[in-house]
Amino acid sequence: MSKEKEAPDIDVMMQAIPYARFLGITIDQRGNEVTTVLHFSPQLIGNPVLPALHGGVIGAFLETTAIAQLIFEAGEGALPKPIGITIDYLRSGRPVDTYGRAEITKQGRRVATVRAEAWQDDRARPIAVAHGHFLLKAVDEFADK
Amino acid sequence: MASNFKITPEHIALMKDVLIEHVPHAKALGMTVVNAAPDEAWLSVPYDAKLVGNPETGVIHGGVITSLLDNACGIAVQLALPERMSIATLDLRIDYMKPATPHLELVAHTHCYKVTTNIAFVRGTAYHTDETDPIATCVGTFMLAANRTMPMPMTPEAAAEALAMLAEKKGGVE
Repeated sequence: MSKEKEAPDIDVMMQAIPYARFLGITIDQRGNEVTTVLHFSPQLIGNPVLPALHGGVIGAFLETTAIAQLIFEAGEGALPKPIGITIDYLRSGRPVDTYGRAEITKQGRRVATVRAEAWQDDRARPIAVAHGHFLLKAVDEFADK
Repeated sequence: MASNFKITPEHIALMKDVLIEHVPHAKALGMTVVNAAPDEAWLSVPYDAKLVGNPETGVIHGGVITSLLDNACGIAVQLALPERMSIATLDLRIDYMKPATPHLELVAHTHCYKVTTNIAFVRGTAYHTDETDPIATCVGTFMLAANRTMPMPMTPEAAAEALAMLAEKKGGVE
């Protein structure tokens, strides 16, 4: 079965990233919409008393969601490198699956600005949102400037 | 913990036990408490192939740095609070200065520089060996008294109480 591909298969790329596999992130790609899925596992817990997902896991998931959207829209090539990301934590992440979507606010030649959100049962009640800047070229070039 | 509190190696051992060994994600990353002081914490994560974000270069994923800084910020806030209080991260900004070097341990140093009635302010740096050559910096705010809490394990009694609360929750999975 050969299928003409119009966009890169992001899930294949994602599964090549060890840390994405470690967290349990997969990509649900439907038409021109990309949803990231963070599959719950006990090792993602950061507050065992509540219990709640680790804030760093939610941040990493949002960063990955932003990168997945960039790869989808900008095409395959070097992985976009995060320059900075700001995460607003809105609700505690319960021990269930989490979903993510991102949109590119502005794509420049070298830098893209991306907004990402994560939710669980109800998309209207996000658990966290983030906005970040990503370098579309090699980070070394950026670091030397 | 009041600012004049003296932190001993025994305190750090208790913190490692309660705050790392019983926090599933911190344990999964191999995190450890390197040092602590009033308002300050030093945590580390060893290099591990499973944490790689770019398989071509072997560089650790930025998310690992986020988790390390978030965790270290939370502990610095706990060490700055005058009494036992739960905290919740409101926001966290991470700036990445350079990629981490493969096969080197990551260290985070965080400092809670201001506590108000409702909010604690904290900043931190992630680096390998030289804090003046940062991999990433962060600034964050935490809301105080946000939810149910366990005591900071600074005495054997407090550690036992914290472990009892953790046992009741069976590691966070109901």
